Formats: sequence, structure tokens, C-alpha cells
Amino acid sequence: MITATHYVLLSLVLFCLGVIGVMVRRNFITVLMSLELIFNAVNLNLVAFSLRLGDLAGQVLAIFVITIAAAEAAIGLGLIIALVRLKDTVTLDQAREMGG
Amino acid sequence: MQVLDFLVANFTAIVFYLVAALTVTGALGVITLRNPVHAALALLWTFLMVAVLFILRHAEFLAAVQVLVYAGGIMVLFLFVIMLVNLRRLQPEQIFLSAQAPVAVAAGVVLGALMAIALLVGVLAGAGGDPAALKTLDGELVGNTEAVGWELYRTYLVPFELVSVVLLVAMIAAIVYGRRDAALEGRGGRKEQ
Repeated sequence: MITATHYVLLSLVLFCLGVIGVMVRRNFITVLMSLELIFNAVNLNLVAFSLRLGDLAGQVLAIFVITIAAAEAAIGLGLIIALVRLKDTVTLDQAREMGG
Repeated sequence: MQVLDFLVANFTAIVFYLVAALTVTGALGVITLRNPVHAALALLWTFLMVAVLFILRHAEFLAAVQVLVYAGGIMVLFLFVIMLVNLRRLQPEQIFLSAQAPVAVAAGVVLGALMAIALLVGVLAGAGGDPAALKTLDGELVGNTEAVGWELYRTYLVPFELVSVVLLVAMIAAIVYGRRDAALEGRGGRKEQ
């Protein structure tokens, strides 16, 4: 029997892989991809509990999360274009004017 | 025959474990593949597998939205930007792991262990839930899409409108960032006229 716990554990694995990706990757584009992994982990959680509690609110909230993820992707990729235009690179290590 | 009976009896569990393994494989590909195009394709694979998991969880409408918005829209955006910045020209060797990688992996594993402990200590274990509740509208059995639609436009109308404003703001921001004559051109002001 597959319960919500199975889905939450899978979501946990996806979330941690996303966090590791954000920290490990030095390429702005793949960092954004890892962020999408985190969004997907959250959605999986919401959908799992939607069935567990018999409440549609989880699925509606997941739709909102997808919308925000789309907005985030649009802004993030716009930032990539701006970074490429400014410094001719997508490597985050080379954008360090503020001492980061 | 015995094998067949076992397969039929545990069909949901088998599909779940198979798809879960494929999802994790895709996610591993996203964070390890060197070529950004390969990472993007691994991400596409992960999106599709998550859509299958949504269907297993009786969220059919959300699975369709996942395929349309993520696998359709966001993936195209990623591939378009990869094509636009032309990574082969831009230092192909420096796009991967730096010295902080072991620390980052350790931090991620510790984070996962902590959350798993919190999860197992909690009281999450329980029955699978009732799928009929996700397709019922005012006591009447309709489809999942119709139920989600009514919930979205009746109970969550104000958040829905707010999110549409967020999308508009994001669109304007993306246009402003992408403008050629923006103040982002660097120290010398306008380099390219």
C-alpha cells in the first residue's frame, strides 16, 4: 500500500537533490533548473496530502505554485540574458562585484 | 500465474516505485550532467515522471498542467536561453563543480536526514485517503478538472487574481531585463548603440 508517507519521502529526496544542485552548480542556468526541482518536490507534497486529507485545496495551491514557478523562470532567465550581456558569462563565480 | 497475480495485486505500488526511481534518476541527472542541454533534458524527464506521480495521486488536471506548463513552456524557455547564450563559446570547462561541492553535498545530506527524522517521528503513517473527495462537487460526482476549476474560481478567486498580477509583473520585469538599452550595460554606459 502506497501512503502519503511514501510520497513525502520521495519529495524529500527531490528537495534535497534540488538544494544540493543549487549549491553545487556554478552555472546560472542549471541553478535555475535545480530550483525547478525544489518546486516539483513541493508540488508532490501538496498533491500527496491533497489525497490523504481528501481536500482539493492542496491541488489548487499546487496550481499557484506552478504559476509562481513560471514567473520565477521568466525573471531568472531574463537575469541570465542581462548577465550575459553585462559580463559575457553565465558562471556565477564571475559575478562578484559585491564581494560574494 | 502466481507472478501475474502478484503484479495485478500490487500494480500501484510497482508503478510508484518504478516511477519514483526514474524521477530520482532524472533529478540526479539535472545536478550532475555537465552539458546544460543534457541537464535540461533530464529535467524534462523529471517533470514528466512527476506528472505520472500526480496521476497516481488522483490529480489528473494537475498532471495535464504539469505537462503543458513545465514540459511545454518552461522547458522551451530554458532551451531557448541555452541556445541564446551559446555555452559552447562561453568557457565550457568552468561550468561545473567548484571547491565547495563536498560541503554542499554534505549540507544537503544532513538537511535530508534531519527532515527524514522529523518525518518518521511524526504521525504521517495512515491509510491512502479517499480519491472520491477529489472529484466531488457539492456532493455530486464530477471530474477532477471540474472540481478543481470550481474550487479555484469560487473559494480561491482573490488569490487567483493576485497570482495573475504577479505574472504580469514578472512579464514586465523580464521585458525590462531583456532590453538592450537598459542601465545594465555596465560601467561605460552604453557599449553598443
